[in-house]
Amino acid sequence: MAEHATQMQVSDEIAITISKMNKWYGTFHVLRDIDLTVNRGERIVICGPSGSGKSTLIRCINALEEHQQGSIEVDGTLLSSDLKNIDKIRSEVGMCFQHFNLFPHLTILENCTLAPIWVRKTPKKEAEETAMHFLEKVKIPDQAMKYPGQLSGGQQQRVAIARSLCMRPRIMLFDEPTSALDPEMIKEVLDTMIELAEEGMTMLCVTHEMGFARQVANRVIFMDAGQIVEQNEPEAFFNNPQSPRTQLFLSQILGH
Amino acid sequence: MSDTHAQTVAFVRDTEIPSAPPPYAATGPVKWMRENLFATPANAVLTLLALYAIYLILAPTLPWILNGVWSANSLAECREILQGATGACFAVLTERWPQLLFGFKYPSDLYWRPTLAFVLLFVAVAPVLFFDLPRKLLIFTGLFPFIAYYLIWGGTIFVPILALVGCIGGFAVYQRFVTGSFAAGFFGGIAAALAIWYIGGLLIPAGASNNAMLTPVPSRDLGGFMLNMMLGVTCVSLSIPIGIALALGRQSSMPLIKVVCVVFIEFIRGVPLITLLFVASVMLSYFFPPESSVDLFLRVVIMITMFSAAYIAEVIRGGLAALPKGQYEAADSLGLDYPQAMRLIILPQALKISIPGIVNVAVGLFKDTTLVSVISMFDLVGMIRGPILASTEWNGVYWELLGFAALLFFVVCYGISQYSQWLERRLATDHR
Repeated sequence: MAEHATQMQVSDEIAITISKMNKWYGTFHVLRDIDLTVNRGERIVICGPSGSGKSTLIRCINALEEHQQGSIEVDGTLLSSDLKNIDKIRSEVGMCFQHFNLFPHLTILENCTLAPIWVRKTPKKEAEETAMHFLEKVKIPDQAMKYPGQLSGGQQQRVAIARSLCMRPRIMLFDEPTSALDPEMIKEVLDTMIELAEEGMTMLCVTHEMGFARQVANRVIFMDAGQIVEQNEPEAFFNNPQSPRTQLFLSQILGH
Repeated sequence: MSDTHAQTVAFVRDTEIPSAPPPYAATGPVKWMRENLFATPANAVLTLLALYAIYLILAPTLPWILNGVWSANSLAECREILQGATGACFAVLTERWPQLLFGFKYPSDLYWRPTLAFVLLFVAVAPVLFFDLPRKLLIFTGLFPFIAYYLIWGGTIFVPILALVGCIGGFAVYQRFVTGSFAAGFFGGIAAALAIWYIGGLLIPAGASNNAMLTPVPSRDLGGFMLNMMLGVTCVSLSIPIGIALALGRQSSMPLIKVVCVVFIEFIRGVPLITLLFVASVMLSYFFPPESSVDLFLRVVIMITMFSAAYIAEVIRGGLAALPKGQYEAADSLGLDYPQAMRLIILPQALKISIPGIVNVAVGLFKDTTLVSVISMFDLVGMIRGPILASTEWNGVYWELLGFAALLFFVVCYGISQYSQWLERRLATDHR
């Protein structure tokens, strides 16, 4: 683990600043006073019991969810209700979902070239070359002409990662990318994510894969009831959790 | 069984059984009949009963059809030829053929014009229906409405050319301004088209139609199955885009657009089509300036289009609701803006889900075009009920005429249905 940490340098440049951010669903207070600064090149794993607001937190970063109070600044752009700002941030921030959300009516290649062609106005040929490059990176170039429905879950999730990478994002968000996968497919997706981390991608990852957190993360955040309860380096977080809620959570997921 | 492994394994195969053909009774028509017609005694009884029922139906109708008279000048003449034997009097179809197809007022020397338009219709819709055809053919599809108008109505060629120029001008203005804001492009385009039509309308000399190359035919002279086809094709092709716009508008987060769409859909759906047609034929002229006389055909097209657009909007809303929220989120997270997300991700999938519903509305609309006969337009049914059955020669020939009308509509509607099933298979890429 130590060699990974030295390999993956974190710069001083700030990628995301979240300050005093609050969010309500109706009257339900989902996110409370979130303060978080992410430096470029950081790999952050967010964990916590279900309903603790961890998915909502990363969905706020690319404005899939609206926050009501506080500020979020991504790459120096302040997230406001201005649609131009939102689209700019979204094209800089890649996202992978629990259920992959590939476009079933398009081939794998078309899934990957769609956004570069229409949002970045990349010529089709160039976009296809980029797409094939990233499909090779996630090790499924031979599936490029198939439709998502013909692929296994693990393959679909790797396509989803490739699709995000085709936009050349500076930050990647992962929303429980392995939760909907069979155990033997989890590894292939995690391997892709590890490779990405080693290349210095800034990553925020909601996951229950604690092995991944130990190996890749440089910071683990534990959330409960809409608040950040504890954050620390992985070794310290797992070996010496401070808050009783963290201890309880870790004993429950690591205990079996 | 060999006893080589008899001590260690219970059974080991050491010879292959060669594959053999199945017994005769397990293949071919015999197998099919046994499985489908005579599987159980009850099944066999039902089969025999069904055969008897088919016999009961065919026994009187087959001679009636086969013994039909195809050339005579009146029902009385038919009966003379038949001399009491059963037989249909199909002569009414041959004798009134042009009337059934074109109505009784369309000049008979001009029948080639709507026929040519009908043939061109197939060329025009082909690239829309079968998207494997070269995309350049769509240029002809775009020109077809103006060509068809010129062929069917005739008159001065300046009218369709002006209409075309207005459309192109409006589209150019739309393209120019849409990058700034959609509303500016949309309303700017409409305003530009209206301005071109208004100015152009003043430029066309008053008597231009009188010595035109194609003799003008007024709308009230249109009739027969031609009228049904014209109404059906025009209204279906107009109501699908309007229906899509209404469905998206109903989902809009902008309250004004949403309210307008909801009110429109709920109001139109709540009113019978007949009522709307009466409004079109009688009352709509109150809403237009007194000196303008909007053509009855156009008024009917507006009403039927609004009616079916409201239904299609609801069908498409169902398709939109069936899409997982993740599709919207994935499109958003890639940075696609609203028009791009709708056009590239949401609508292709939602429309595919909606195909059966849209076809349902389209088939219903096509058959509903016969309702125009109640506002004294002589479509196929109007021709049969009016001029043909009321004539002294053919008074009382119901079965042959209405059966023919049913057959014509069936052929078209069945064709639409078969096409839609082909389309669904063609678009099935989700491999569920």
